[in-house]
Amino acid sequence: MQKIFFLCIALFGIPNHIAAQNCNLNFKGKITDFHDVTPIIGASIHLINLNKYTTTNLEGLFEFNDLCEGKIKLEINHIACETKIRTINLKNNLFKEILLEHHLEELNEVIVKTNTKTETTSIEQSIKEDVIENYTDKSLGDALKTISGVSSLTTGSTIVKPMIHGLHSSRLLIINNSVRMFDQEWGDEHAPNFDLNSSNRIDVIKGANTLKYGSDAIGGLILIRGKKFATKDSIFGKSSISFNSNGFGGNVNTEIVKTYSSGYFGKFQTSYKHFGDFKTPNYHLTNSGMQNLNASFRFGYNSFEKGFEAYYSVVNNNFGILQLSHIGNVNDLVQAINSPEPRNTGGFSYKIENPKQIILHHLAKIEAYKRFKGFGKLTVQYDFQINRRKEFDLGRGNKKNIPVIDLRLFTTSLQPNLYIDFLPNLTFNLGILGRFQQNDAVAGTRSRPLIPDFEKVDAAIFSTGNYAMNETTEINAGIRYDYSEINANKTYLLADWKKNNFDQLFPQFEGEIDNTRINTHPTFIFHNVSASVGFSKRWENNLTFLLHYGLGNRVPNPSEFFSDGVHHSNARFEIGFLNIKKEVANKFNISLERNNDNFGFIISPYYKRINGFIQLIPTGITTTIKGAFPVWEYDQVDAEIFGIDIDINKRINHQFDYIGNISWIQGTNLTKDIPLIHMPGTNFSSRIVYTNEQWNQLKISLKNTTVLRQNQYPDYNFFTFNPSTQQEVFVDTSTPPPAYSLFGFSASAVFNTFKKGSLKLEFNIENILDISYREYLNRFRFYTDELGRNFNVKIKINY
Amino acid sequence: MKITSTAKTIKFLAILFISALTFTACSEDDHDDHDDHDHEEEVITTLNYTLTNGGDIVTLSFKDLDGEGGNEGTYAISGSLKANTTYTGAIELLNETESPAEDITEEIKEEDDEHEFFFTSSVSGLTISKTDTDGNGNPLGLETSITSGAAGSGSITVVLKHEPTKPNDGTSASAGGSTDIEVTFNVTVE
Repeated sequence: MQKIFFLCIALFGIPNHIAAQNCNLNFKGKITDFHDVTPIIGASIHLINLNKYTTTNLEGLFEFNDLCEGKIKLEINHIACETKIRTINLKNNLFKEILLEHHLEELNEVIVKTNTKTETTSIEQSIKEDVIENYTDKSLGDALKTISGVSSLTTGSTIVKPMIHGLHSSRLLIINNSVRMFDQEWGDEHAPNFDLNSSNRIDVIKGANTLKYGSDAIGGLILIRGKKFATKDSIFGKSSISFNSNGFGGNVNTEIVKTYSSGYFGKFQTSYKHFGDFKTPNYHLTNSGMQNLNASFRFGYNSFEKGFEAYYSVVNNNFGILQLSHIGNVNDLVQAINSPEPRNTGGFSYKIENPKQIILHHLAKIEAYKRFKGFGKLTVQYDFQINRRKEFDLGRGNKKNIPVIDLRLFTTSLQPNLYIDFLPNLTFNLGILGRFQQNDAVAGTRSRPLIPDFEKVDAAIFSTGNYAMNETTEINAGIRYDYSEINANKTYLLADWKKNNFDQLFPQFEGEIDNTRINTHPTFIFHNVSASVGFSKRWENNLTFLLHYGLGNRVPNPSEFFSDGVHHSNARFEIGFLNIKKEVANKFNISLERNNDNFGFIISPYYKRINGFIQLIPTGITTTIKGAFPVWEYDQVDAEIFGIDIDINKRINHQFDYIGNISWIQGTNLTKDIPLIHMPGTNFSSRIVYTNEQWNQLKISLKNTTVLRQNQYPDYNFFTFNPSTQQEVFVDTSTPPPAYSLFGFSASAVFNTFKKGSLKLEFNIENILDISYREYLNRFRFYTDELGRNFNVKIKINY
Repeated sequence: MKITSTAKTIKFLAILFISALTFTACSEDDHDDHDDHDHEEEVITTLNYTLTNGGDIVTLSFKDLDGEGGNEGTYAISGSLKANTTYTGAIELLNETESPAEDITEEIKEEDDEHEFFFTSSVSGLTISKTDTDGNGNPLGLETSITSGAAGSGSITVVLKHEPTKPNDGTSASAGGSTDIEVTFNVTVE
């Protein structure tokens, strides 16, 4: 730094002496805010090579007199603004207007503060990099579960779908680096194809103005964000490796970041995960292993006035599906439910055999922005995604290598967005969206496609505004219009088409009839208007009150329209209907928050009223050559969901902290006046953390998680006849399993082994007491227990 | 300046890299544009259970030509069994969504260690025993011997298990695995 300083003196000093004829020039100027062109008062101006100082007056004006002809170098400083250095060649008297950037945090979000919210009025919680690193060998759903009100719908132990307030799949928006993910999220066993290691911060937004991202965030929104890098010449990275005793596997992750003072930056990250068969306390789960390969790449240019960024990520997942979950008919299911321990549990193996899922997801985006003086910021984003899902069943012979489900979903969108911030206390966001989606049911599966070929076009326009009434009070409101058009091409069995009355309801969709089949071209158009209002009020003692109302609309997803076939992993025949209407939700959220290390809390009740709530429920039995199958149909009811999430943190003394949370939820099917299916049970967790900064940042914590039995459940149990034993048997698919309580231990320490880097060691134990339990929201709860004890070691190097 | 040129090189490399990745990704993806509606499905549509005693042939058959969903399957029983008679039983499985029909029986034979048939009957005195074995010497059940007792009526249930535990105690319940077929015929013995 000093060298540069002297160099500057040398460079600018020399011509100064040579050309020192005219030394009574004056240099006047005005410092103004880039955003609203208002004068900046009290900015300091330093002429570096002359060592002269002054500050701006109430009009933002400054003045230097008796300057000599030649180059002058000035540095402009103001609190909350980026320091600006300018070189000016002074020949005559000069007046210059200099623009300063007032919103430093927008440019360089290097340090993410604990309470940086996406919006002041937003009801949200975040998981930070340290938590993400903790879950490096787990999934997005596992990591998000640390947040109150978030649970997960799982299929075995590796396929984990996040759930907010009991809602999941199409009712949750997952925004990955500002791209809305479309990865066939409609199925219960379709987990988001996203690798935790590629992100630095994840926000769970329960109630906020999320209209920018879509109108259908009825459950909530998950915002995955990358870091913003400082504009300086630097190269840094981190690598981690983890190992787990359960599943005998782990994860390797590495990332490297290069930044330049010119504003360019690049980041490359890759991770590989491999697990063999997992184990419950008493037996191995045959074919439950997984393999995941992920890579992401970012590069761009970042300056205040303009910039661009390109992002690409690829995720390749290979999930083994528990072999014994692949059952033939309802009698197999009854047998599985009634046997306390599954049969055919073998030893440990890394092999992933059929049934399995192989999913490849590509996501790419390019974003560019330009700021306009005294107006705002224009951002244009283009993105595309390809999701290819292949599912394999236990087939006969060489048919094992033919997927029974093979779907390719392509999505592309263009989103210009205008952010207007020149008005005092008032900001606006205006945006439009165009999106095209195409699903291809790839030929050659030798089975009826679960989801047919379809094309979907979306267009939307939205506007949101934020008004700061005073220092502590803000109001936020928004409105959005969505147009959606779906064109599908599906072959129905003629008998089903007629049985469902579709020949009466939709004669316009009918195409050719070929023997027992009919080709159809279902077309749907939807117009939706959604709205959002938010309010926040802060008090001096770190207390904040937040209120949010949202009107959301959700267009039925393809599985709700078109499902038609057997899902072997649960022995059920799933049927969607063309006459399903859109879902309309009214959401109310309130939150009282105190952000304080000594004693803080979030108390956040919510109420959602959803008209036309689409649910998949058992409705009867169908007979096939395989015997009887339970039929599950998509059904539409009016529903209400309400509950409360409470988080508490309390400092016991300077080394001990208590962190706890509780979530309670109640969902009701108002049409039938019965509970809603698959609502998470009341759960609470408590954690005591010991921290000692002196001892290598030693951190030891003990955690308890308790999930109470869900006593509010709809009873869809039924009887079926078993012809082999000539008996009526009871099929209990509704009764939730009992409550459970788990303990976990975690210890970590950081060693400064390198000059510029550090080494972090971590040791964790999950399910310390090796408790056998089952979870209501695991689709495999009929077959096996959840996982037993796991020892985990992680080594992380920062450099 | 040196830094800018490095930045430009890196930028260029990055663009190359990303486009390379994207192109490989797309070309690997065998997206197809033709009619994707396979009319040939991998299903068992037909089960024929033929019972033979010299010239006396009784066939029990189940057909569900449009597979799962759609129309319900149909049963056809050609006649009644004679009392106190031993029949030789043979099972034939077909996939009639294909033309000519695909013989699934052959596939079962090829993977006989991964399959087993189970027979139960509610007709008093009627016994069914498996007369063939798989490569490991365990029962298979494509070939059977059926002995009837006194006159009466009831049902015969045929179950085919995929990947059962072999050997087992002879009941489908103990064998586990997944059920590929479970069909019940109503029969009379005269």
